[in-house]
Amino acid sequence: MSDKPLFPDAIEPERYEFSAGPSWLFESDRRSFFKFFGTGLFVICAASKAAGLQESGASRRNSEEDSLPKEIDAWLHIGEKGEITVFTGKVEVGQNIRTSLSQGVAEELRVPLDSIRLVMGDTQLVPFDMGTFGSRTTPTMNLQLRRVSAAARDALIAIAAKQWNIDPARLSAADGKVLETGSQRSATYSELVKGQQITQLLPSEDPLIPPGQWTVAGRPAPKVDGRDFVTGAHRYPSDQKLPNMLYGKIVRPTAFDATLLSADTSEASKLPDVIVVREGNFLGVAAPTSALAAKAAAAINATWKTDPQPSNAQLFEYLKKNQVPASERGEGSRTEVGNVNAVFSATQNRLQSTYNINYIAHAPLEPRAAVAHWDSDQLTVWTGTQRPFGVRGELAAAFHIPEQKIRVLMPDTGSGYGGKHTGEAALEAARLARATKQPVKIVWTREEEFTWAYFRPAGVIEITSAADPSGKLIAWEFHNYNSGGAGIRTYYDVPNQLIEFHAVKSPLRQGSYRGLAATANHFAREVHMDEIAYSLKMDPLQFRVLNLKEERLRAVFTEGAKKFGWSGPKPANHGYGVGGGYEKLGYVATFVEVASIPDGNIKILRVLTAFDCGAVVNPDGLRNQIIGANIMGIGGALFEAIEFDNGRILNNRFSKYRVPRFRDVPAMDSLLLDRKDQPPVGAGEAPIVGLAPAISNAVFDVSGIRLRTLPMAPLLVPQGRQIS
Amino acid sequence: MPSTINLLINGQTVRVDAGPTDTLLSVLREHLDLTGSKYGCGEGQCGACTVLIDGKAHRSCITPVWSVTGKSVTTIEGLARGQHLHPVQQAFLDEGAMQCAYCTSGMIMSAVSLLNNKHNPSDAEILEFMQGNICRCGTYPRIVAAIRKATAAMPETRP
Repeated sequence: MSDKPLFPDAIEPERYEFSAGPSWLFESDRRSFFKFFGTGLFVICAASKAAGLQESGASRRNSEEDSLPKEIDAWLHIGEKGEITVFTGKVEVGQNIRTSLSQGVAEELRVPLDSIRLVMGDTQLVPFDMGTFGSRTTPTMNLQLRRVSAAARDALIAIAAKQWNIDPARLSAADGKVLETGSQRSATYSELVKGQQITQLLPSEDPLIPPGQWTVAGRPAPKVDGRDFVTGAHRYPSDQKLPNMLYGKIVRPTAFDATLLSADTSEASKLPDVIVVREGNFLGVAAPTSALAAKAAAAINATWKTDPQPSNAQLFEYLKKNQVPASERGEGSRTEVGNVNAVFSATQNRLQSTYNINYIAHAPLEPRAAVAHWDSDQLTVWTGTQRPFGVRGELAAAFHIPEQKIRVLMPDTGSGYGGKHTGEAALEAARLARATKQPVKIVWTREEEFTWAYFRPAGVIEITSAADPSGKLIAWEFHNYNSGGAGIRTYYDVPNQLIEFHAVKSPLRQGSYRGLAATANHFAREVHMDEIAYSLKMDPLQFRVLNLKEERLRAVFTEGAKKFGWSGPKPANHGYGVGGGYEKLGYVATFVEVASIPDGNIKILRVLTAFDCGAVVNPDGLRNQIIGANIMGIGGALFEAIEFDNGRILNNRFSKYRVPRFRDVPAMDSLLLDRKDQPPVGAGEAPIVGLAPAISNAVFDVSGIRLRTLPMAPLLVPQGRQIS
Repeated sequence: MPSTINLLINGQTVRVDAGPTDTLLSVLREHLDLTGSKYGCGEGQCGACTVLIDGKAHRSCITPVWSVTGKSVTTIEGLARGQHLHPVQQAFLDEGAMQCAYCTSGMIMSAVSLLNNKHNPSDAEILEFMQGNICRCGTYPRIVAAIRKATAAMPETRP
């Protein structure tokens, strides 16, 4: 057994998840906060030296008398009307953290949920944050906001103790008030802060309420601003509007990596109120309506120089042939324990398989959008991004201006799934706004979003394994070409391992995605585990449990199996499959039942996800995320694949690129192992990883057909079968 | 060239200057600032832009604006009666039938159209009717549950 931890406390961010580190970060100060708020209590928490990814708060500042400390976790403000404003760099893209974070604040501050307002993703007002990705909000931001809330609660108690001249130990907080034990005396938070400007800088060390004693967190809470969405009142980035705003349209190249040779813009320039902007390879127009902008862009005759590029028909050979040389790869791309080759040369029971993963698109229903406005040399941009501070950095670099002159605001956005880490629309809108000296809005079309965003990486995964006759794994060799390193390590107990990630010069622009490469790596590993179990004539679930030491992972497999009825009678022509693992600090096991119907087609009947993400903060939101991850996962598992040729995307519309719809959904259930003894962790990503292998394994169980490529449905076509 | 047309939107007559190729969606969003109807695909494939035209669901992104003159258009903004939500809106809230919620207004408008014309639809009828609306967050089971819940709250015939 290896000495290296297979279950590290911290998650390394995937290489796709950031393009640039933080620079100088937080320019507000106490004076500007009180200019913003008037009066009240302003609580700032200094950062604790938490292990793992330092994604918030690291701040480099000018040394001013009024400046804030260098390391900031979080801050909140309590106004004299009792309104509580909490500031976070995390953003809401549908994962429902506006609600779950508010629950944590309400719990520690002992106030009603509806008295809290979260300011999210506004780079001028919130502490620096690297971005909303990697399922980090719950393990880090939830903790930070609970800490600042606990500190604020204790500060209010201290204020009351001073006003009443009594021992703070005699005071407690409940329902937005400080109360004196054994007396009628109480004061609301608003009374305590009235007319004052109090700043408290506190270490984040006050003890937190343990999950077992939660009364607001840990319980289902409806979306705090749900009414704004069912009435259409919420303004997404693409709904933003400014006075005198123009609509922008970009003239796109005919292929990736093209160079603009010439552009005849004479017809477009003749249209009334149309402005044409050309800067290097950037060619765009702005006009008073989107229809006129589209007409003007279409009237431009541009010539592009393009180079031949590969197509998806040769994708998997291409990935194997175009590796980045080992000398150019980062450290940690290869892990070796024991000696796999010694085992493989000594055993007869060696199993080797190859798994292929196609590119897929995030296809967030709201495409990229931005509104940009220049006020002299100050730039303000509203855009939908998972990295507002990252987009601020992109804008600073593009326009050669300091980050202090840029404000990026992120209204709650129409989803991301890892697909909105970048600021393309923000840059385009800002470029047109600078040239036209008017605010400009850019909303990408669906075709643009499918073409000019980025994709979940394609990959080839090769596994060679060996087990002894008792079913114990003895050797495991795993090579991932291009798709990524997330979830690449096996959580099974194997004494000899060689695990390697091979970076490739990707033929398409690629980046993060819900679960990153963990979906691909889990697919290959968990299908391969089934292949070994079959070769040993062992039950696939028993085989997994036999090779697992980690107690929490065993628990999701065994508890999920009980609820699913794994060992019970199985109807004729039905198949069961399981797949699971450990990802983003969460433990997941997914169970699938399929039926082979008389025409030979295969129907997915039901999915059960057993999930342990520590103490559950909002069970209602969590179930929504688990079911949602599985439904999104159906697309990549069964039918989603990007088709491309010679630098062009061929299926760049919903009519050509199928995503899961109502009738694609089997019965869905989830089992929450609510571990009150464990800290809460994220849940947006891990539940997706078990689905594809569980489907593949269930299909094999019912049909004997082994599906080793994502998506799987095309593999059944030559057999005249469909899967749905 | 733009010409002035009269439209009946959410019970109010409005005058807009619209070009011959303008879609209903772009007029709603850009001219009338009714941004509850969303752009998702521009080809009638995702349902985010769904509105009611004379009570029936239509994809406003592929509906020429001139084609709705003389007809009654209802958008998500016109569904509630003051503070009183439509039963379908209320059911979506009660069931937590949304995540990023970008699809929600289109989902609600499609569901209202379904229930306006069919009281107590079967599950198969709900799936069939809603098949043209995409939710990338995968909230489909809760949306079906919300539609079932709303049907119980709606009278058998609605105008």
